[in-house]
Amino acid sequence: MEELNLFVKSIFIDNMIFAYFLGMCSFLAVSKNVKTAFGLGVAVTFMLVVTLPLNYVLDNYVLQPGALKWLGEDFANVDLSFLGLIMFIAVIASATQLVEMAVEKFSPSLYASLGIFLPLIAVNCAILGGALFMQQKDFGSAWTASVYGAGSGIGWMLAIVGLAAIREKIAYSNIPAPLRGIGITFIITGLMGIAFMSFLGIKLG
Amino acid sequence: MLSKKNKEALFNPLSKDNPVLVQILGICSTLAVTANLEPAIVMGISVTVVLAFSNVIISLIRNSIPSTIRIIVQLVVVAALVIIVQQFLVAFSYDVSKQLSVFIGLIITNCILMGRLEAFALNNTPWSSFLDGIGNGLGYSIILVIVAFFRELLGSGTIFGFQVIPQWCYDHGYENNGLMILPPMALITVACIIWYHRAHNTDLQEK
Repeated sequence: MEELNLFVKSIFIDNMIFAYFLGMCSFLAVSKNVKTAFGLGVAVTFMLVVTLPLNYVLDNYVLQPGALKWLGEDFANVDLSFLGLIMFIAVIASATQLVEMAVEKFSPSLYASLGIFLPLIAVNCAILGGALFMQQKDFGSAWTASVYGAGSGIGWMLAIVGLAAIREKIAYSNIPAPLRGIGITFIITGLMGIAFMSFLGIKLG
Repeated sequence: MLSKKNKEALFNPLSKDNPVLVQILGICSTLAVTANLEPAIVMGISVTVVLAFSNVIISLIRNSIPSTIRIIVQLVVVAALVIIVQQFLVAFSYDVSKQLSVFIGLIITNCILMGRLEAFALNNTPWSSFLDGIGNGLGYSIILVIVAFFRELLGSGTIFGFQVIPQWCYDHGYENNGLMILPPMALITVACIIWYHRAHNTDLQEK
């Protein structure tokens, strides 16, 4: 039940885009049509589900103060937490590379549809942000971490597909010249964010 | 020292080629840390420092990086600098570092860094890369400060935490606009800045 609660919460309330603005650059750049937006959304969700448990294990068994206790008593006082950022980004970059190769080998059609988005995900802040929030939230297990990853990813996908759909609709609208393109996209995102705020306070079970 | 090209590298990003308004880079942190002025300024300085030095480092080793692994090399250089900044903040201004929470760490994936490293530092000398880093960092900081100024003034009635809207206004029914503190209004504030900026720079308008 707790996991379900976390899942719904990370989709609607703690939405990566509307509450924390993570992954904003690709969100604004790749939201011109629904199909590519959906592809990127799937890729981000997938990477969050893969990298969050990995980073969770790394954080809890290597990096945190005292986490190296399983190596023996001598290591009980070692604190490697200052290395957190560099280890997380290394895990994310190498996982992206591995997933890219695996997808290319086993499912060429998916690879073709994700195309250039896979390598770009290494520098998408939603993924690193997910890892850092996971560290702050202190989850109980790697399973909870991957539920959180799935929720955040789906929330991100929902947001980008919604924005892409709206942008397709307004393509022929008469917008004041200085606002065309990026300006109106900001305003739409802001209004979507206000709409998403109506989910605040939802609690299941 | 300041040839024409270097001057452009330093001053263009302030308005004509602003990283936030024109290149649309580094949006995440622009929006997230601007509810108050103080964290916004700390964030601006941090990004400027990291950007200037990572530009210099990448520019120094630009001829010996194989292009296939350059992204990883860039990430490592940036991550190392960000860790230094983070430890520095924790040591010297703990409260602000708590307020900024994960967003200092997220400087690593701030697209301004990757964008400038790829577009400028890889093909230019260390000195002009340094100026480019300072210029883009300042351009980013300016937007951060403008957004934070309006959000803090309208949202909490304060500037740098000092009350500037006098008490008699509240007595006569003035209310702080709580919406300005919430995330969505940051987007709309930036949109207004873009609107104003493009209305004065007509060549930047689309179509």
